[in-house]
Amino acid sequence: MATEEMERLVRREYTQGFVTDIESDTVPPGLDESVIAFISQKKGEPQWMLDWRLEAYHQWLKMKTPSWAHLDYPPIDYQAISYYSAPKKPEDRPQSLDEVDPKLLETYEKLGIPLHERAALAGVAVDAVFDSVSVTTTFKEKLAEAGVIFCSISEAIRDYPELVKQYLGSVVPQGDNYFAALNSAVFTDGSFVYVPEGVTCPMELSTYFRINAANTGQFERTLIVCDKRAQVSYLEGCTAPQRDENQLHAAVVELVALEDAYIKYSTVQNWYPGDEDGKGGIYNFVTKRADCRGDRSKVSWTQVETGSAITWKYPSCMLRGKDSVGEFYSVAVTNGRQQADTGTKMIHIGENTKSTIVSKGIAAGRSDQAYRGLVKVGPRARNARNFTQCDSLLIGDRCGAHTFPYQEIGNSTATVEHEATTSKIGEDQLFYCRQRGIAEEDAVNMIVNGFCKDVFQELPMEFAVEAEALLNVTLEGAVG
Amino acid sequence: MSDKTQPSAGQRFLDRLKARDAVRGAEPTWIAARRQAAAARFEAIGFPDKRVEQWKYTDVRRIRDGEFALADDADFSPAQAAALTLPIEAVRLSFVDGVFAPELSDTGALPAGASVEPLTRALSDNHEAVGAVLGRLTGVEFSPFAALNTAFAEEGAIIRLAPGTVVETPILLQFLSRAGEQPVMSHPRVLIQAGARSQATVLEHYVGEPAAANFTNVVAEAVLERGALLTHYTLQESPLDDLLVRSLQVEQGRDSRFTSFTVNLGGALVRNDLVADLNAQGAEANYYGLFFAQGRQHVDNHTLVNHNAPLTFSNENYKGVLGDRARGVFNGKVVVKRDSQKIEAHQSNANLLLSDRAEIDTKPELEIYADDVKCSHGATTGQLDEDAVFALRTRGIDEQTARGLLTLAFAGEVMEQVGLDAVAERVELTVAGKLPERFNLGGLVEAALLDEQAFEEVPGHDRND
Amino acid sequence: MLEVKDLHVSVDGKEILKGLSLTVNAGEVHAIMGPNGAGKSTLSSVIAGKDGYEVTAGSITFEGRDVLEMEIEERARAGLLLGFQYPVEIPGVKNIYLLKAALNAQRAARGEGEIPAPEFMKLVKEKLAFMKMDPSFLQRAVNEGFSGGEKKRNEILQMLVLEPRLAMLDEIDSGLDIDALKVVAEGVNSLRSEERAVLMVTHYQRLLDYIVPDKVHVLLDGRIVKSGDKDLALELESRGYEWVQEESAA
Repeated sequence: MATEEMERLVRREYTQGFVTDIESDTVPPGLDESVIAFISQKKGEPQWMLDWRLEAYHQWLKMKTPSWAHLDYPPIDYQAISYYSAPKKPEDRPQSLDEVDPKLLETYEKLGIPLHERAALAGVAVDAVFDSVSVTTTFKEKLAEAGVIFCSISEAIRDYPELVKQYLGSVVPQGDNYFAALNSAVFTDGSFVYVPEGVTCPMELSTYFRINAANTGQFERTLIVCDKRAQVSYLEGCTAPQRDENQLHAAVVELVALEDAYIKYSTVQNWYPGDEDGKGGIYNFVTKRADCRGDRSKVSWTQVETGSAITWKYPSCMLRGKDSVGEFYSVAVTNGRQQADTGTKMIHIGENTKSTIVSKGIAAGRSDQAYRGLVKVGPRARNARNFTQCDSLLIGDRCGAHTFPYQEIGNSTATVEHEATTSKIGEDQLFYCRQRGIAEEDAVNMIVNGFCKDVFQELPMEFAVEAEALLNVTLEGAVG
Repeated sequence: MSDKTQPSAGQRFLDRLKARDAVRGAEPTWIAARRQAAAARFEAIGFPDKRVEQWKYTDVRRIRDGEFALADDADFSPAQAAALTLPIEAVRLSFVDGVFAPELSDTGALPAGASVEPLTRALSDNHEAVGAVLGRLTGVEFSPFAALNTAFAEEGAIIRLAPGTVVETPILLQFLSRAGEQPVMSHPRVLIQAGARSQATVLEHYVGEPAAANFTNVVAEAVLERGALLTHYTLQESPLDDLLVRSLQVEQGRDSRFTSFTVNLGGALVRNDLVADLNAQGAEANYYGLFFAQGRQHVDNHTLVNHNAPLTFSNENYKGVLGDRARGVFNGKVVVKRDSQKIEAHQSNANLLLSDRAEIDTKPELEIYADDVKCSHGATTGQLDEDAVFALRTRGIDEQTARGLLTLAFAGEVMEQVGLDAVAERVELTVAGKLPERFNLGGLVEAALLDEQAFEEVPGHDRND
Repeated sequence: MLEVKDLHVSVDGKEILKGLSLTVNAGEVHAIMGPNGAGKSTLSSVIAGKDGYEVTAGSITFEGRDVLEMEIEERARAGLLLGFQYPVEIPGVKNIYLLKAALNAQRAARGEGEIPAPEFMKLVKEKLAFMKMDPSFLQRAVNEGFSGGEKKRNEILQMLVLEPRLAMLDEIDSGLDIDALKVVAEGVNSLRSEERAVLMVTHYQRLLDYIVPDKVHVLLDGRIVKSGDKDLALELESRGYEWVQEESAA
């Protein structure tokens, strides 16, 4: 679509206040209808999508930022944020690894990131490093053969509008919460996955793709739909430290599992946590929700959260289908001045629904961490089962660990169990390891990794190894 | 506690207060000033609604929209009172709809160094001594109900124990609710000052005529000096249409021990707040609670332990049994302040749902800012163990009785801690009568109490003394 | 090899060791015996560097180095290894992982590279077989859910893999049945060599039937009050500790 034509279309609808210069690649800070129209137009979206965004925007205007979380940060000026900037051009990026900060490379080394991924992660102009096209093509062919759709959400809006219309916002409605509403209005990109009936996705949607996903920006939108008897394992994020000029991140992830479908969603989040005073770190406000719509469907969330200055995140499952299953396995590590308020919600609606929550929190330095969880059993959820294990480990006497589990049980056939412990890292265990000659820091890592074992074993294999390494890097300097 | 402005929601109460102020006799200026400040506070915040986290699960509109008068006399049929009074030897203060009833009171058995008197008498003796302590722990900021209480309070109980005083006889504070043409409200205050190394057992008993539908709003405070031991019972058997909001805040000195039993059996809408501040090393707080609710009863227990000093300990165990369309709320919070090292805090809440329409909302919270701690909490909600039901039936016990016995056994862990036999028996009998009819336990428990060997499963059978 | 001189140690302000002196030479096996509360476990804990023990006077040197100046892990890497009376459980950490990390830490301290995986597996399997332990032990978390006997075997297995210069065994026989005791003793005996020494702390003479000591010391009230050869242990067994007490008081 020609630029003039777009401009004309947009003008027709929004003559009032539409001032943004559409030639530019970046909009000035601030949010109004014209900015949203600009984003939509840049993405070449149809009218219904723009309408949907604007509807979200109007809801957002009426909302207040949530204040219930155990977080302390200065108010965000939403008019000071720029909501669209084009990705960096290849010539502006480092041309080879030699131009990349050696400290960053050292971290990659420690994390055991495969060599061929390091350049891409460091933002080196991809063409200069390896032929990404051929890799992409191989994967795409394999997926196409299986009938799996995996593309950016922008492409999906263009190429699969019916699917997007049917499912977008059906799990996290536009006005669900403050940050979800903001995301709905201004999301710039993200992923779309559709696995057709009876298909098991032939590969983990991970390794290569996570590099490509690195630039999806601050308002990511992900939609994954698993049709009847379909299965997929999706991996988001990366153990490599990620920096971003945009301080505010507000992503929305929606998962839909139909009858007998299984979605496994794994996240490793390592956004920049800020300097030692916590300055400049990413604020990460994420809404993730799965709708286990079909009978016997299953969704499993696994997350390893080590980054961000502020984390606000509660991957949830709506267990609607009979015999549907929700799982949440989480490791959250905070150090320095990081703050995290994270957990899950398991909403039991259908009969015989089952959920498992295993949360391991490690707080070090001057960080503050809270587990916040809700297990709700509705009146029709006969024989619902939940088991929650929620443990916190404290390293040092200046950090905080908090547990806020809500249970709302409205059915006498429900069995809900919650156990939580909070303790410092075991002196006896440390002494034992050191008495075997293991350095204190290594001993701490070893014990912490052991503490997190139940969660790591839920991660895809190669990712688990990286996650352990990531934990060690995150806790550097936490002792001694 | 956070505030939500909701002006004019409590206007009816403020009007009632104004009318009362006009007829009340002269008071010391500090009392009048406090009333005024409390009224202003209440006017500013009004009654809490569900958006206030502390009241998320408890709807107080039945109180807010009620029309409650204030009682002026303490007339109560002596026969009725005798039937309701706990059959224990005790130092006793009785209040009828908040008004002190001397003829139902008896403080003769007190040892030297101990005084138990109604608030009005304590004020007339030395109002400044009372004013120095009263309200120090529970200010008007604590909750809208604390503000309301402070604005209205006229009567209550003041318990003072000089250092080293040991009171063997339980001190019973009896709050009687009367059935009348118009519902009434009362705002009693309780203040317990336990001097160093003193020991006492205090029992708050809420009971009344079955047809009563009154609102009782209690604020209780207890100060435990070094080494003081206080055991506190709340036996709440209010009439089934009564509304009860009460708070107890405790301040603990070094090596003091506070043990609380909160037993909730009656009332239409009940809210209990229990707060202990462990301010010096060696202080220990134990919270035990039991709530049984059926019909449309609503019982809310909010507890908080603040570990403000190193080497302090807390332990909490609450059990809930909910039938019919009853709703239970448990919110237990443990806070360990920065540098309060070597803490042990354990908390447990287990609930049994007997009916599909019953609901429990439970939230055990830990907020920890020190690292050398051992803290844990657990919350479970479930139903009776079917294997155990089966096992009892194989011994020839019919199913309903088996379920009833197991339900009582569920409460046993807490009941075993109850040291006052009369209280335990009262609870067992009441609970047995209150379990859904199909469990048909009334006669059985009585028999079991008579012949303790017959039913090993009945909790409390092995209690010594 | 190990030289303890006039060691005074307090725990929470209470003096437990009151001037203990002890010399252990390479190639020797020493047994320290004494009644409960004499300070036996305190001695090995202090040598290993456990927190909470305050050395108020005296010295400990190991091969000429001042042990009290060394970090816990430095002592271990120098070859001072403690077999715990109550080995701690470490959930989630596999035995194999601990062994490898410990061995590599020791090698690194000696300036050697990491042990190649096949070589390591061969070594561990050999030692496992010697201790009559099932290979599945390696995949279990350190001591988690182990029986008392399994824990003690695991301690000796670590010794066999890490080959300490001085093995300190704190009540290694407690909680062992006779078969397990034999296996543990065989493990310890296999450590005996001209370059190495063993320091055992025990309550009972029984252990010394299987690990025959060169020297036996009686620890009473924070001091070594009598030393002798293995016959002293037998005498203690038949006569108890009172006579030593009386003798030393005399």
